[in-house]
Amino acid sequence: MSAIQIDKTIDARGMACPGPLMTLIGAIRQGQVGQVFEVLSSDEGSKTDIPAWVAKAKHELVEVVPEGNYAHFVVRKAR
Amino acid sequence: MSAEVVILGGGVGGTIVANLVAKQTQDRAHVTLVDATGIHVYQPGFLYVAVGLEQPAALNRPESRLLRDDVSLVIERAMRVDPAEHTVYLESGRRLRYDHLVLATGSRTMMGEVPGALDVYDFYTMSGAKRLFKALEGFQQGTIVIGVAGIPYKCPPAPVEFAFLLDDYLRARGIRNQTEIKLLSPLNRAFTIEATSKLVQPILAERGIELTGFFNVESVDPVAKTVTSLEGETMGYDLLILVPPHRGQEVIESSRLGDERGWVPVDKNTLKHTEFADIWAVGDTTNIPISKSGSVAHYEATVAAAEIAAEVKGEPAPAHVYDGKVMCFLETGQGKATTIRFDYDHPPVSPAPARRWHWAKALFNKTYWHTVPQGRLP
Repeated sequence: MSAIQIDKTIDARGMACPGPLMTLIGAIRQGQVGQVFEVLSSDEGSKTDIPAWVAKAKHELVEVVPEGNYAHFVVRKAR
Repeated sequence: MSAEVVILGGGVGGTIVANLVAKQTQDRAHVTLVDATGIHVYQPGFLYVAVGLEQPAALNRPESRLLRDDVSLVIERAMRVDPAEHTVYLESGRRLRYDHLVLATGSRTMMGEVPGALDVYDFYTMSGAKRLFKALEGFQQGTIVIGVAGIPYKCPPAPVEFAFLLDDYLRARGIRNQTEIKLLSPLNRAFTIEATSKLVQPILAERGIELTGFFNVESVDPVAKTVTSLEGETMGYDLLILVPPHRGQEVIESSRLGDERGWVPVDKNTLKHTEFADIWAVGDTTNIPISKSGSVAHYEATVAAAEIAAEVKGEPAPAHVYDGKVMCFLETGQGKATTIRFDYDHPPVSPAPARRWHWAKALFNKTYWHTVPQGRLP
C-alpha cells in the first residue's frame, strides 16, 4: 500500500448485503469533502461497481490494490 | 453472588439475549432488560401494513409476555451508560450496575435530515406505514416514486419488495394502468446482490416497474414535486416514498459508545465492544457493515448470549462465534418470494422465486411470537 492518509476503513469482506459499495456510499454521504475512504471487498462485482459509481458521482478512485481473495478500494470524496 | 446482566432494548436481539442468558445461567445471573416502551414491535410487518395486508395491532405484543419469568423488565428510558462505573442511568434517576451489558437499542429513522422531505411517505415506522396506506387508498393516478435517502438502512430488500407489493395493490384496485411505479436504486441494479438482482430485474420489467440506478436521494423539493440525487439527477413524482436515513439511538450517542452516527463498534465475530470488555452490541446497534435486519440480530443474539453465559459460569469462551450468517426473504409479488442466504465465507444464493417462499415468509411472520424471542430457533 502507498502512503495515502486513510480517514475511514470499512471491512466489508464477506458482507454481501448491504455490500461494499452500498456501505461506501453511506460513508461518503456522511464524510467531508477531501476525506479518503478505504473499503475492503471480497466481492468480485466490486471491481466494476465501485469504479462505476465513483465516476458517476464524480468522486476520485485513488487506487485499487488486489490482495489475495479481496481488494482494497481507496476513494476520495471530491465534492 | 449472582452476576448482573443488563440489556438495553426489547427488540428481537435484546429479547433473545435476555431469555437465553437467563436460561443458560439459571440463578448464577440476574438478567434485567430495559425498554422505553415495554412493547415489542415486529417491524418486518410494516411493509404489509402500508399496502393493507396486515393489521397494525397484530405487530405489537407486551414485552413482558415474551420474556422468561426470571428476567426483570424495567420499562423506562435509558439515558446514559458510564462504562468506567459499569452503570446505566435511567430517566427516573435510578441506576443499574452491571457486570455484563448488552446494547440492543437498534436504530432510529431520521427523515428530517433530508432537505425538503419532512412530509414524504415511508414504511419504516408504524405511523409511517399507516399514513402511507391512507395516502395510497386515496391515490387514483400518477407517478409513485420509491427511493433510498440514507445508508445503512434496515432490511435492504425492502424497497424492492415494496415495489412488488405496491404493483399488486394497484392492480387489485384496477388503477395500475393509470399509475407509474419508479424504483430508484442506490446501486446500478435493483438489489445489492448481483445474483438476486438477476432474478428480480426481469420481474420488475414484466410488471412495468421502472428501475433507475445510481440514484441516492439527497433532497426533495415538495413544491415542484421533484427528488434529486447526490449523483446530480432530478425526477418528478406525484407520491414519494423514501427509506429514511437511520442512526443509532440517543443513549449510545450521549454515552459516546458509538461512531459519528451512533453505531457501536464491535468485533465482527464476538460482538464485543472494541474498547470495553464487558459490553456487547447486537443487531442494528452495531457498526458491522452487514444488513440491519431481524435475522442478523437473531443470529448475533444467540452468540452474545452464549459468550455472556460462559463468562458468568467461568467457562472458556464458546468456540462458536458469529459467522456473518444472514437469511432473508424477498417478496416478488403475485404470491411469490425468494430467499437470500450467505455468511462471511459463503457468497449469497437465491432460489428462483416461488410460492413456497412466500408461504414460508408468511408462516415465519405468524409464528415469530412463539419461536424467535424465546430463542427456540437456532
